[in-house]
Amino acid sequence: MEIISFLNLVFVNPLVEIFSYPIFFAEVVISGLLTGVMYSLVALGFVLIFKASGVFNFAQGAMVLFAALNLVGFIEQGFPIWLALLLTIIVMIILAFLIERFMLRHLINQDDIILFMATIGLTFLLQGFGETLWGSNVKPLDLGIPNQSFEVAGLLLNEFDLFAAGSGAILVGVLAVFFHYTRIGRALRAVADDHQAAMAVGIPLKTIWIIVWSVAGFVGLVAGIMWGAKSGVQFSLSLIALKALPVLILGGFTSVPGAIVGGLIIGVGEKIAEIYWGPLVGGAIENWFAYVLALAFLLFRPQGLFGERIIERV
Amino acid sequence: MLYRETGQFKISYAADQSVFPIAQDRWFVSLIIVVAIFVIPVLASEYLLQAVMIPLLIFSLAAIGLNLLVGYAGQLSLGTGGFMAVGAYMTYKLTTAFPDINIIIVFLLAGLIAAFVGLIFGIPSLRIKGFYLAVATLASQFFLLWMFNKVAWFYNYNSSGTITAPPREMFGVVITGPMASAETRYLVTLFIVIIFAFIAKNLVRGRLGRSWMAVRDMDIAAEIIGIRPFQTKLIAFAVSSFYCGLAGAMMVFLWLGSAETEAFSINESFNVLFMIIIGGLGSILGSFLGATFIVGLPIFLTNAPQLVGLSMPIDMQKHIEIMMFGSLIIFFLIVEPHGLARLWQILKEKLRLWPFPY
Repeated sequence: MEIISFLNLVFVNPLVEIFSYPIFFAEVVISGLLTGVMYSLVALGFVLIFKASGVFNFAQGAMVLFAALNLVGFIEQGFPIWLALLLTIIVMIILAFLIERFMLRHLINQDDIILFMATIGLTFLLQGFGETLWGSNVKPLDLGIPNQSFEVAGLLLNEFDLFAAGSGAILVGVLAVFFHYTRIGRALRAVADDHQAAMAVGIPLKTIWIIVWSVAGFVGLVAGIMWGAKSGVQFSLSLIALKALPVLILGGFTSVPGAIVGGLIIGVGEKIAEIYWGPLVGGAIENWFAYVLALAFLLFRPQGLFGERIIERV
Repeated sequence: MLYRETGQFKISYAADQSVFPIAQDRWFVSLIIVVAIFVIPVLASEYLLQAVMIPLLIFSLAAIGLNLLVGYAGQLSLGTGGFMAVGAYMTYKLTTAFPDINIIIVFLLAGLIAAFVGLIFGIPSLRIKGFYLAVATLASQFFLLWMFNKVAWFYNYNSSGTITAPPREMFGVVITGPMASAETRYLVTLFIVIIFAFIAKNLVRGRLGRSWMAVRDMDIAAEIIGIRPFQTKLIAFAVSSFYCGLAGAMMVFLWLGSAETEAFSINESFNVLFMIIIGGLGSILGSFLGATFIVGLPIFLTNAPQLVGLSMPIDMQKHIEIMMFGSLIIFFLIVEPHGLARLWQILKEKLRLWPFPY
């Protein structure tokens, strides 16, 4: 009997709840989708760098924090918002330049894991540097983005979330065009394919890396603005990297659309699991649910949903 | 002149195959062990033992465990903290349920449970490789910590949610809990670490270690020459988790005294990974060197400003410490990507020719 009531609790009750309150369920899904967009924004930065240099850049989360800290810092100094944005972008480009000059250039041809560890070192460096410069207290970020809730067909929506989703979509569109139709984009794809061959046809590897890291810094800035406006600019911002990782393996390390779809799946899955199944096991399952979900997908597609097929030869 | 194997003839296969075939290496290692057992407990202060030596040994053991998995079997894992937590919580559960069992045996049992958990989380490694696997192992890290946090059974339903080391005796001496002296705890830790380092050293020389290395270098080729990749990888996960679990148990019972799940957070996993990368992948000696570096560096960075007479606000100093830590790691990776073990090897080669390098 106990087993039956347990099964009821796990498999029947949540579904009954879903079907009896479809509007609430729709709201859950939509808020999941919107959170998913935010995850995607962070995951995008990872994908860009992995695509173009094969580096698994763990520091992306720290870059998000660093960009947001700079932006808030400049605004606090009394700069107008557009100038602060511009200055932050310049800072991120300088950062990309420094990373290339002092780190990547010396690590050409090293194992992936060495580069990965170096980016973890970079994470510490950026966190420490950003907080030394601008202090470690929580800073609000207000860019005048509207934050009102309104109702459409019985659904409660938030303007800010929609704004975030919209800018995410625009960013992805711009990046897709940039990657596929510009000269630099083609060069980037060549470098991603084969470093040596790309250098042989005259693509300047170092310049390309600077560009990629700058773009990743810019994506980090966008993510930083969104997350910062939502929850304040603080140290925990760099931890959203850990949220983006399952998105990354779910979508595939090398795929921009994968990052988006992965983010949406994780966002929705996480919200649904937390709301309908979370209370059964004591809640706070958001921390690991995404990973288990991604793991389940990986068992069937080891390269992620959209990743390039892994072909191994002896 | 000092370090030369000329004239050291082997007259049996056993001598030729010994762990340290060169006499100087044997003497050196024996000397270090003797100093560690007899000299350090006498000379070192309570602070030095508690803050430096014990954590150094415990993290060395964890690093050896992770090195077996990452350095020898080639399976990148970020779940170390989770497996260490399994060891710690299982020791707590077992020793509070059966207070009469010798604590060392409890450690080993907890290690076996950790090995079993590692086995389960190692299953995806058959299909998932490289960074995908690394991120997948994070699932174990987050899931296990969440479980130890949420399920009150693991910490015996106490209100604080912490596990505390109860006093346990061996040969009439208290070796765990607040009553145990730092010297006793240090010596117990040292013995366990020496024994398991020796076992690890022999594991990697044998059939199992060689099959791990074959899988690491190219698993398809290894499969073709008759190594079963799935079993080999799973054993690597199990053995590695055993070591990590043991280290986690010792961390709570012989070092910290009490702990929450926070003590096994993702940062610990990264720290242990740093140890093996900085120390040297695929090297037992490297695990010790890396642990020394990573345990010693923050202590050095904390005390360095006072030493040169510099004083600054606490939070400022904390930030600069983090920065220094990050940049030193990048620096070391650039200077010697193969780790401190490789530097040691170069030093030995130089020493063989010294003082006539031509």
